[in-house]
Amino acid sequence: MTETIKTDVVIVGAGPVGLFAVFELGLLDIRAHVVDILDRPGGQCAELYPEKPIYDIPGLPVVTGQELTDNLLEQIKPFGAQYHFSEIIAGLEKTEDDRFLLTTDAGTRFDAKVVVIAAGGGSFQPKKPPIDGVEAFEEKSVHYAVRKMDVFRGKRVLIVGGGDSALDWTLNLAPVAQRVTLMHRRDAFRAAPDSVNKMRKLVEEGVVDLALGQVTELIGEDGVLKAVKAKLVDGQTHEIATDAMLPFFGLTMKLGPIADWGLNLEENLIPVDTEKFETTTPGIFAIGDINAYPGKLKLILSGFHEAALMAQAAARRINPDRKVVFQYTTSSTSLQKKLGVA
Amino acid sequence: MAKITYIDASGESRTVEAEVGATVMETAIRHDVPGIEAECGGACSCATCHVYVDAAWTETVGGPEPMEEDMLDFAYDVRPTSRLSCQIKVTPALDGLVVTTPDRQA
Ligand SMILES: Cc1cc2nc3c(=O)[nH]c(=O)nc-3n(C[C@H](O)[C@H](O)[C@H](O)COP(=O)(O)OP(=O)(O)OC[C@H]3O[C@@H](n4cnc5c(N)ncnc54)[C@H](O)[C@@H]3O)c2cc1C
Ligand code: FES
Repeated sequence: MTETIKTDVVIVGAGPVGLFAVFELGLLDIRAHVVDILDRPGGQCAELYPEKPIYDIPGLPVVTGQELTDNLLEQIKPFGAQYHFSEIIAGLEKTEDDRFLLTTDAGTRFDAKVVVIAAGGGSFQPKKPPIDGVEAFEEKSVHYAVRKMDVFRGKRVLIVGGGDSALDWTLNLAPVAQRVTLMHRRDAFRAAPDSVNKMRKLVEEGVVDLALGQVTELIGEDGVLKAVKAKLVDGQTHEIATDAMLPFFGLTMKLGPIADWGLNLEENLIPVDTEKFETTTPGIFAIGDINAYPGKLKLILSGFHEAALMAQAAARRINPDRKVVFQYTTSSTSLQKKLGVA
Repeated sequence: MAKITYIDASGESRTVEAEVGATVMETAIRHDVPGIEAECGGACSCATCHVYVDAAWTETVGGPEPMEEDMLDFAYDVRPTSRLSCQIKVTPALDGLVVTTPDRQA
């Protein structure tokens, strides 16, 4: 087992609000570990609308989701947060000495004084294809990610989708699988042009099959896939024999493990007070889209405010003997030292 | 004002008054028309506002822009008349528009 990381605070979620919490905690000398199931920071801003403009961030007349993320990362750099990407916080338990034990699916363990849940709409997870009965085939024959390519060695594999994941796995699995069929609803792909060209070449050489259409039905027994039925662009339904299907339909937000942490959820949201943004478990705070209180607005702006107030309360819990002095970044040399500008 | 008719997957139809300039999605949400979820609130990022435009209207409404076409990849049972209703703005020319909502949203 890996060593447990002892820390003042773990932030669950690296969306804009989790990132800004690093800043507010940092000003109070608290360093954070930040965990996100995505492979990069930014939450919804980076995953759902990186190129789209946001108009209601105070002081920034217009900023895209990705620009806001990049700016936040720049702003919090002085506080040396440690990031753990592509890991989901699966477990959260209170320990006997009033601390918290957090565990990730990758086996990382944290022992923290304070937990800040900035989990937004929940963890990003692969979207299931809208096909009846798909659940029955999951794990055995339907896979939303490739962990070991060897699983597909010598098999007939059907990859569904037109984005980068679909194209990348088409190219990577072509030499391994017995046969790869790529199915997409139209003859245009969102994926990088270079991957599309490579895929087209493999199709031309007869190595990969390209089918234009949509899967409508899965055929098989006991979770073992034999074939799929698909409506192709010729308007006919065809049966395509296959051993495995890899659907790549993007990501969606699912509440995930948070539901099991005893936080008295209301409609999938975590109730908090509006002074400290603390949950019903002292020491666990919830900020950003994931929390609920009277008048809550799911805005980035509101999440930033919540982060500032949460940090004050978290600081009192982490260093109970230290007085928290209110200071401005404009004029306080001690804050400026922390920011690396004085 | 323009009248828009939404037919759900079971065939039930609802006609509502739409404000010019609003989208077909917003009009549905405002009038509690079922069958349109619009998770992302109209940012063309979720594909849960998918509708089929009635054949008589496809030409007037027009086809999707490339960004919408990309997003349609995530919708369920996409057909040649498929559109994301948050990307259709109501104009006086669309008075009488008929759209059908699919069996389910993505
Ligand atoms: C299309 C669109 C447009 C928007 N436009 C605006 C706008 O103009 N102005 C505005 O203020 N807001 C806007 N929003 C809303 C804004 O994006 C959200 O309010 C904001 O992203 C919330 O930030 P957050 O940090 O609370 O959560 P999120 O951004 O949702 O990030 C939460 C992160 O936590 C991770 N996570 C959750 N659970 C776990 C777990 N157990 N383990 C590990 N990681 C986990 C998730 O993977 C995710 O990355 C928009 C949203 C969308 C979808
Ligand atoms: S409302 Fe999300 S794509 Fe239209």
